[in-house]
Amino acid sequence: MAEDPHAYGERRILRTELRWASLVALLVVAIVGIVFYTAVSLGMNPPSNVERIDPKTLHLDGEFAEHNLGTTVTPQGGVVARIVATQFEFLPRCIPVPSDTRVTLRFSSPDVIHGILVTGTNVNTMVIPGYVAQVHTVFKKTGDLLMPCHEYCGLGHSEMWATVQVVPQNEFKPGSDGRYVCAQH
Amino acid sequence: MSVRNTEKLCLAHFWVAFAAFVIAAILGVYQMWVRSPLGAKVGSPSLYFLSVTAHGTAMAYVLTTFFIMGFGYFVAVSALDRPLPGRVWAWLAYWLALVGVITATVTVLAGRASVLFTFYPPLTGSPFYYIGLVLVVVGSWVWCGIMIAAMTAWKRENPGVPVPLAMFATVANAVLWLWTTVGVAVELLFQVIPSAFGWTQTVDVGFSRTLFSWTLHAIVYFWLIPAYIAFYTMVPRAAGGRLYSDTMGRLTFILFLLYSLPVGMHHLFMDPEHGNGLKFIQMLLTVFVSVPTLLTIFTITASLEIAGRLRGGRGWFGWIAALPWERPMVLAVGLAFVMLGFGGFGGLINMSYGMNAMIHNTSWVTAHFHLIFGGSVVIMYFAIAYQIWPQLTGREHASLRPLRLQLWLWFIGMMVMTLPWHYLGLQGQWRRVANFDYTNPIIASWGPWVVVSLIGGIILLASALLFARNLIVLHRSAAVASIRPLFALAVHPPERVPAALNGFGLWNALVLILMIGAYAYPIAQFFITPSPSAMVHRMD
Repeated sequence: MAEDPHAYGERRILRTELRWASLVALLVVAIVGIVFYTAVSLGMNPPSNVERIDPKTLHLDGEFAEHNLGTTVTPQGGVVARIVATQFEFLPRCIPVPSDTRVTLRFSSPDVIHGILVTGTNVNTMVIPGYVAQVHTVFKKTGDLLMPCHEYCGLGHSEMWATVQVVPQNEFKPGSDGRYVCAQH
Repeated sequence: MSVRNTEKLCLAHFWVAFAAFVIAAILGVYQMWVRSPLGAKVGSPSLYFLSVTAHGTAMAYVLTTFFIMGFGYFVAVSALDRPLPGRVWAWLAYWLALVGVITATVTVLAGRASVLFTFYPPLTGSPFYYIGLVLVVVGSWVWCGIMIAAMTAWKRENPGVPVPLAMFATVANAVLWLWTTVGVAVELLFQVIPSAFGWTQTVDVGFSRTLFSWTLHAIVYFWLIPAYIAFYTMVPRAAGGRLYSDTMGRLTFILFLLYSLPVGMHHLFMDPEHGNGLKFIQMLLTVFVSVPTLLTIFTITASLEIAGRLRGGRGWFGWIAALPWERPMVLAVGLAFVMLGFGGFGGLINMSYGMNAMIHNTSWVTAHFHLIFGGSVVIMYFAIAYQIWPQLTGREHASLRPLRLQLWLWFIGMMVMTLPWHYLGLQGQWRRVANFDYTNPIIASWGPWVVVSLIGGIILLASALLFARNLIVLHRSAAVASIRPLFALAVHPPERVPAALNGFGLWNALVLILMIGAYAYPIAQFFITPSPSAMVHRMD
């Protein structure tokens, strides 16, 4: 066997290597298969809506003007939260959402690159000036979750975070002015 | 085999690389300390981000580029056994790159470029930081030319003879680097530097991210290939055996050239400027990057088995115990493979398209690249330095014990630092933060693990200092080095190889095709449907 390396022919060595390579090929096919299956059957895709918006006029009017920010319920009953990520805060700073409901989070930046994640969930996206970043999710647990800015955006980056307040469906109600705001506690 | 009067050239490069490394290791510990519950009241964000920029720049651009250039010159004269062509050019490139390093460093230390080493626009620092980086890259391009010229001249003198594997791999890296730098060079010259000088007021951020992604993955393979050269050519020799297959070595380096380039967009999975289809295509290509590494693990393990059995090892595992673990190169490869295993597993999660959302921009990612690059690759830089330093200085290590201690400390420190980071990343601890608010209950629960990782960082710093000490001691050692062969023979040394395995013409054509397939549309879309640009934000 392997005691005498000279006994091997190069051909035999390559055959052994090929056998290993076919195992590697199987592994690659399996990984691609799993990724493809979860992408198609579970809709596990990264946030990729490619929706352009001018960062220089973001705040003036349109979807990300101040009065449109925060959580809204569409006439069809969908929950949409619009959030501006800017140096060095999120507007609004607290986002109320109902649990066990499909929620759409829409972000945009008027200045530099930001990014968000929500701790304890798979919610994650970059927020690139020039684009609307959009994530769909269902929050399963109630409570306050941290939503920090996760891309370096300047010296105040570490102070930039917001709260996602997940409340039970039956407690998710607008205030007297028709707006959804976080409960203080 | 001699080093033909390139000792000074090689040592000059290595000492710049390792000086930057030691300084960056000190900064790394400072950063971990102020992020931990123990240092929560010290430091300031401006100092922290200055430090992170300096740490990243020193480790990712200075340590790597200077080490790779110095090692390339060493391989060109020792593996080809002929004088280095263009020595004057090599020295010019060295001084150019060194001026670049000093320019960038001074700018960072002055607090005028705290943009981190990834410098994502529209955050923009002083133009001198970017100009410094460009000078380093231009110096490395000269190195690429010298490597290609050395191989071409050798082939002319030795028609039909296979290029020695170490040099074949070095030129593969030079070719890879020329392709790799195109993306970041275009970004710097056409977007970042004009806006840093104030000539342009806006920048297309999606486009700049796409250009940077072109460079961002392949650059890691540029850093990694010297470690693989050591795996294939120095490890089997140091272990007292032979390389199992020279052909697989050549294939591996060709696969790195092909598959490390058209995959950079896996760094943009979470970005809104590209659609799912494009991301999926590059995800598919990314999976193939695992192939050369898995082939290498097999071939090198087989080579080590040959060595172990030649040394009298028996049975399924007896050959492992029979290996000469007291030799730094053999110890380093064992430790490197363990770190490569953990790091590779983490990398599979990163590239997995959907699963990436779980860990994107968390400490998991920081852990991944510290384990793969800082762990597997840099430990091989140490082993290479220990191995070739006697040839460069004519002096021998008086004792191998402090060398082994240093390698063990590096391995232990890296594991203690990065395993908690992986866990914290899964918990959602995000990256690039100057200080955490440990009064928040979620963040408070991370505290103990942050302290554990800080201990790992301190062990790493001890190892870095011991490394510098070991080399300095060697410079003063009384023992005279005996010149030993460095590069392993294959079990069947190739007498003839197909032209495709002896040059890069065909592979360059394939890279071009793959890059057109992977990047033509992602880049073209910024011209077909221009995106609204963002205002430049100056940091200086």
